[in-house]
Amino acid sequence: MASGNVIDPIHQFQIHKIVELGQPGGVELAFTNSAAFMFGIVALVFFFLTFATRGRTLVPGRLQSMAELSYEFVASTVRGSAGNEGMKFFPLVFSLFIFVLTANMVGMIPYAFTVTSHLIVTAALALLVILTVIIYGFVRHGTHFLHLFVPSGVPAFLLPFMVVIEVISFLSRPISLSLRLFANMLAGHIAMKVFAGFIVMMTASGVVGWFGAVLPLFMVVALTALEFLVAALQAYVFAVLTCIYLNDALHPGH
Amino acid sequence: MSEPNGPAAIIVAQASPGTQPAASGVEIAVPAAEAHGSNFPPFDVHTFPSQLLWLVIAFAALYLLMSRIALPRIATILEERHDRIADDIEEAGKLKAESEAAAEAYEKALASARNKAHGIATETRDRLAADAEARRKALEAELNVKLAAAEVQIAATKTSAMANVRGIAVDAAGAIVNTLIGTTPAPSAVEEAVDTAIKG
Repeated sequence: MASGNVIDPIHQFQIHKIVELGQPGGVELAFTNSAAFMFGIVALVFFFLTFATRGRTLVPGRLQSMAELSYEFVASTVRGSAGNEGMKFFPLVFSLFIFVLTANMVGMIPYAFTVTSHLIVTAALALLVILTVIIYGFVRHGTHFLHLFVPSGVPAFLLPFMVVIEVISFLSRPISLSLRLFANMLAGHIAMKVFAGFIVMMTASGVVGWFGAVLPLFMVVALTALEFLVAALQAYVFAVLTCIYLNDALHPGH
Repeated sequence: MSEPNGPAAIIVAQASPGTQPAASGVEIAVPAAEAHGSNFPPFDVHTFPSQLLWLVIAFAALYLLMSRIALPRIATILEERHDRIADDIEEAGKLKAESEAAAEAYEKALASARNKAHGIATETRDRLAADAEARRKALEAELNVKLAAAEVQIAATKTSAMANVRGIAVDAAGAIVNTLIGTTPAPSAVEEAVDTAIKG
C-alpha cells in the first residue's frame, strides 16, 4: 500500500482496468477490479445461500441457520416498515441488503476492494430505490401519489411552504441514502489505513518507535472492530430506509 | 462532480499531480493520478460508465438469482418447517383428545362396575335377610304350636290337680270334723260344704 515510506490511504480506492473494452460513443468502458469484486460478491452470496440450504433440512445446521436468519431478518424488516403489502419488494430489499452487506464485509479483507466506497455505486443503488418508489407510486396510485407531498391538516397559507419542504425532503432522500453509505465506508477505510500507516512509520524510526507504535496499534484494532459494526449497520440502515421509502409508494398521503 | 478535478482537489488539497509526495512535509500523501486526471478515485468520472455498466449487470444478476432461486428455496424450507410444526401440534392435540376420551371411558366403566357390584351386594343381603326371616317365622310357628300343646297339658294337669285338691279337702274336712266332734259326717254334706268353700 505504501511506496517507500510514504503512506497512501487513497490507493485502496483506485480502480484498475483489467480488460479494456474500447470507447463506444466516446465513453470509456473497461472491466475493472471494481466490476470483478461486484461479480465476486454476487457469486459469493448466491453460492453461500444455495450451498447453505443444500440439505433443506427440517432442523437447520449452522450455515442453513445463517441463510434463514438473513431471510427472516430482512423479511421482518420489510413487514415492520412497509407492512405485508411491502413483501412484493422483498427480493429487491433483500438483494440490496445482501449486496451492500457483502460488499462492506468483503471490503474489510486486507487488500480487497470496497465496492461501496465509490459514490457512483451507492448513488446508483439509491437511485434504483427512489425510481422504484416513484414509478411504483404513480403506477399504483396515479396522481394520488402526489398526496405524499401534501400533508393533511395544514393551514392553507402554510401549504405552499409545506409542499416545497416535502418535495425537497423527498429529493434529498437518494442523496442522503447514497452519501451516508459512501462516506461511512470511505472515511472508515481511510482512518484505518492512516493509523496502520503510523505503525509502519514509527517502527521504522527505531526502538523508541516500537513502543510508540503501540498506541496506533490499539487504535487500529479498535477501528477494525468499529468498521465491522459500521459495515453491518450501514447495510441495515440502507435496507430500513429503502423499506420506509417503499412504504411511501405503497401508502402515500400521511 | 461537475469536473473531474473539482471536489477531489478540495478533499486532498495537498496532493499535487505529477510531483512526488513528501514535499508537503506531511508523510501522508496522495500519489499523482494515474492516467485519469483525477486524484481521488471515487470522484474520477472516467470510471463511472464502467462501474455503472457492471453494477447494473451484477445487480440484475443478483436480483434474478435471489428472486428466482435463492429466496424461494429458503421460503420453501421455512414454510415446510412451519407446516410440519403445525401438523405436529395438531397431531399432539388429537392424541391428547384421544387419551382424554379413553380416560373418560375408563372412569365410566369403573363407575358402572362399582354400581353393579353395589347392586349385587344389596340383592344378596336382601335375599339372605329374607331367608333368615322365613326361617325365623317357621321356628316361631313351631314353637307356638309346642307352647299351645304345653298350655293344654298344663290346663289338664291343673284341672286334675284341682280335682285331687277337692277330694283331699273332702277327706281332710271329714277327718277334721271327726276329730273335733267324734262323728263322721255324711260324705255328701262334706262335699257340698267343700264345694261352697272353694267357690266362695
